[in-house]
Amino acid sequence: MIPWTIKFERRLDPPRYLGWLVPVLSVAAALVATAVLLAVFGVNPFETYRAMWDGAFGGLFGGDVYSLSETLVRATPLILAGLAVAVSFKMKFWNIGAEGQLVMGGIAASGVALFLPGAVPGIPQNAVVYGLLMGGAAILAGAAWALVPALLRAYLNVNEIITTLMLNYVAILWYSHLFTSVWNDPQGFGFPGSALFERFTWFPRFFDTRLHFGLVLGLIAAVFVWVLFDRTRFGYEIRLIGDNPEAARFAGVSMFRNIVLVMLVSGGLAGLAGLSEVAGVSHRLQQGLAADNGFTAIIVAWIAKLRPWAVVLVAILLAAVFVGGDQIQISMGLPASVAQVVQGVMLFFVLGGDIFSRYRVRITRTAPAPATEAV
Amino acid sequence: MDLALITSVLAIAVFAGTSLIYATIGEIITERAGILNLGVEGMMIMGAVSAFATAFHTESLWLALLVASAVGGLMALVHAFVTITLRADQIVSGLALTLAGVGLASFLGERLGPDSGPLVGLRGPRFLEVDLPGLANLPVVGEALFQQDPIVYSMYAFVPLVWFWMYRTRPGQQLRAMGESPQTVDAMGIPVLRWRYIYTVVGGVLAGFGGAHLSLAYTPGWSENLTGGRGWIAIALVIFATWRPGRAVLGALLFGGVNAVQFRLQAAGTSISANLLNMAPYLLTIVVLVLISGASPLRHRLGAPAALAVPYAREERT
Repeated sequence: MIPWTIKFERRLDPPRYLGWLVPVLSVAAALVATAVLLAVFGVNPFETYRAMWDGAFGGLFGGDVYSLSETLVRATPLILAGLAVAVSFKMKFWNIGAEGQLVMGGIAASGVALFLPGAVPGIPQNAVVYGLLMGGAAILAGAAWALVPALLRAYLNVNEIITTLMLNYVAILWYSHLFTSVWNDPQGFGFPGSALFERFTWFPRFFDTRLHFGLVLGLIAAVFVWVLFDRTRFGYEIRLIGDNPEAARFAGVSMFRNIVLVMLVSGGLAGLAGLSEVAGVSHRLQQGLAADNGFTAIIVAWIAKLRPWAVVLVAILLAAVFVGGDQIQISMGLPASVAQVVQGVMLFFVLGGDIFSRYRVRITRTAPAPATEAV
Repeated sequence: MDLALITSVLAIAVFAGTSLIYATIGEIITERAGILNLGVEGMMIMGAVSAFATAFHTESLWLALLVASAVGGLMALVHAFVTITLRADQIVSGLALTLAGVGLASFLGERLGPDSGPLVGLRGPRFLEVDLPGLANLPVVGEALFQQDPIVYSMYAFVPLVWFWMYRTRPGQQLRAMGESPQTVDAMGIPVLRWRYIYTVVGGVLAGFGGAHLSLAYTPGWSENLTGGRGWIAIALVIFATWRPGRAVLGALLFGGVNAVQFRLQAAGTSISANLLNMAPYLLTIVVLVLISGASPLRHRLGAPAALAVPYAREERT
């Protein structure tokens, strides 16, 4: 027999500082665990982390902002998609489809950029007008793609985890179909991608780097979601449904209405992430739009405990892991997928570590068992 | 449709459905115990990559199956620890398992080849078709069922065995009760948490085993995203099968059949783009879920275990 037992005592009123202390410690523990994992596979973890840091933030203290700007470019879609996921998860509505909604947003924005100038030449060809048009198209497309699982769940009680996920595959296949055949650039010599967008549809860039307007969009979206969560009745209702669906029902909160609204907001935000990628980075529809941002967004949202400001910070952290991953591929010849392993392990640790904020863990010595049973 | 066509579609359906059947039945067992594990995709793909790597380096297919099953089981053990002992959210933990598994598989696929190189594009040993003497020459079913590889044959014994375990033995009865009312099972003096651990691991072992069939027989070798969402289809099939192993076979064959039709169309040189054709299994999954949804006439047959995804904590009994 083990001479001690572990007891979990539920914290009735968890102290506030645990809300950030536990995730921070969990992330740190995850980095240690990944280091061990790397060592097992014969990779020097210190060298790896050092190279990742250099890739993500290198030269920052010498005044060189290039690495940081690349990290922020990588963080931009994660912020938007992370917020999208946070909105739906707040209601415990499991939208695993941010990836597909992002892709649909990217497709719609690309469609506007590629064909509208030719179809309706009267529209003023400047960044503001086209930014708004492409943004509207991206939001609508993302929201529409999210509406399908929302309605299926609201009307027919069809499991949204599966439907949102399946629609990811459908969206990605459709997008591949578009850029490899239907929308393929006729002058592209068979290059798998659409024609380059006209210049006036591009997002403005900052500081001579690839940093673009999408980041501003992400920050605006974070404010929007924060207001939504903390200052509106809608935010209160979805939190109530998420925490206690029974109580929400008794309080007369409409499930149907909230499912549809949550998914429209969530899908719209994910659609904006797609817009940001095509208008800010690639300037055409090509391979790389479906870069698992919608899935990483789940990790972002959960580590951030669904808080909009934390989403921004965690998105930057995970983007740093991605950029660092690219760096170790270049400098150490290691696969960039190390990044995904690090992120996956982080999520596990944050998830498991959460018990320390919900419960007080007591380890007590067990009293020695009586030698004979009383009859 | 002529007989030869039916036969060939059926043969591919069984072949393509095998990995799904193992993964689906594994998930049924886990969910019947009350644990929802959305990590099937991650466990399958890790099973696939570890199976191929083992087969490539050791030339032993049986060792490869063993390793794949062990890897799937270990991953499920992580899920069990996080959700049963640490009482974390089962949905998020399962998602984490899939995300981590897909990432790790892609990492290992780049590292486990010769000289720490990639596995992609390598050829290794594979399970070959073995004709069962006597049965292989039967019309239609002979070619469809008895000209397959050994893993497919193992399924013919495995499915009835699971059925017998679940419906005709005492532990099987307790398994079904555990997902409905863990309190009752606990009151009978059966260690609920220990059995939930065991059944979660069993589910992982089967998912890893199913993944191995992909990389050792169905599409021999390793490539990124080899499983292509089969783990998720397996989870949908659990719902379609209403948590019953027999119906899981039916569902898996349906999806295998879609693969078969895809193959035939592509072989016949259809003008439909491969990208659009490949949407079929995913759209079919949605259609199938809609058909058996709460609003359909089949509703009364739906029956998720009542305590599915609810952590069991003895001191918090309500």
